[in-house]
Amino acid sequence: MSFVDWALAVHVLSAFAYVAGLVLFWVLIVAVRRVDTPEETLRMEPIVKVGNVAVGLGAVGTIVIGIYLAFAVDSYAIWDGWIIAALVLWAVSGALGQRTGAAYMEGMNKAKEPDAAGKTGPDQELLALNRTQTGVILHALTSLAVLLILIDMIFKPGA
Amino acid sequence: MTIVAAVRPDSWDFPLLVHVLGAMILVGGLLAGASSLAYARGDVKYLRLGYWSLLAVALPGWLVMRIGAEWIASREGWNHEGVPTPTWLNIGFILADVGGLILLVSLIAGGIGVRRLRAGQGATLLRTTLVLSVVLLGAYVVAIWAMAGKPS
Repeated sequence: MSFVDWALAVHVLSAFAYVAGLVLFWVLIVAVRRVDTPEETLRMEPIVKVGNVAVGLGAVGTIVIGIYLAFAVDSYAIWDGWIIAALVLWAVSGALGQRTGAAYMEGMNKAKEPDAAGKTGPDQELLALNRTQTGVILHALTSLAVLLILIDMIFKPGA
Repeated sequence: MTIVAAVRPDSWDFPLLVHVLGAMILVGGLLAGASSLAYARGDVKYLRLGYWSLLAVALPGWLVMRIGAEWIASREGWNHEGVPTPTWLNIGFILADVGGLILLVSLIAGGIGVRRLRAGQGATLLRTTLVLSVVLLGAYVVAIWAMAGKPS
């Protein structure tokens, strides 16, 4: 395997990490809709961290190695339409993902307040925050952007 | 993907998309399942979440990945009789099929484990499911590396 082959393998592995993180967050989004206690909300924190690591490594790996590949492979150039589209979609997905995280952190932060005061019973306000519609919409848009990147990477329109 | 596309006819694109998307969902389901089981610390709700992630996300992902694999292999002519298959494809097929079997075993163990939880019994079988899903994650990392890097 040449260096470029290795780079390609890590690029694809990064893409898998990115999508795996998004899938994990979908699972949590569905699960958190039934969570109305601070204790249970906070229990999700380590799982959220796993998702954050996957998305973080995936996002950095895809962009860094993707740009390297655009320069290293003779048949493609960084200004090719499909590569520019992927870069734009990557930036869009990153921005949307950050907003999604912020929307769901409201519930997590709220959970930390009463938990610290020793109140661990059901909390309707917390349930409402955990069921954030904004968060669902933002995560759906993030997923759509990433799906479009995948379609763009495979179909390479204009290449 | 960059190099592959240089020699790939357009008609292979959609089957490849199905294959890759299924594989990504499979890995995502495994990651969600393994994480939930690992961090459940005896909490029945999270043990169930881990099991259902494997059943409702990873298993459909595996099916889509495997259907896509057969589709793209037939388009590329790899599954015609007498055609020698490259190493990377053999690695992919072996890990996909053996992985599918392990996933099935982990789901059966997990299913019994969830039933035992309802009866107030221990979570030993779900711990087995956790170990198997971590093993599967490792195996699929190798499969992805082989399919993407295509070692000869």
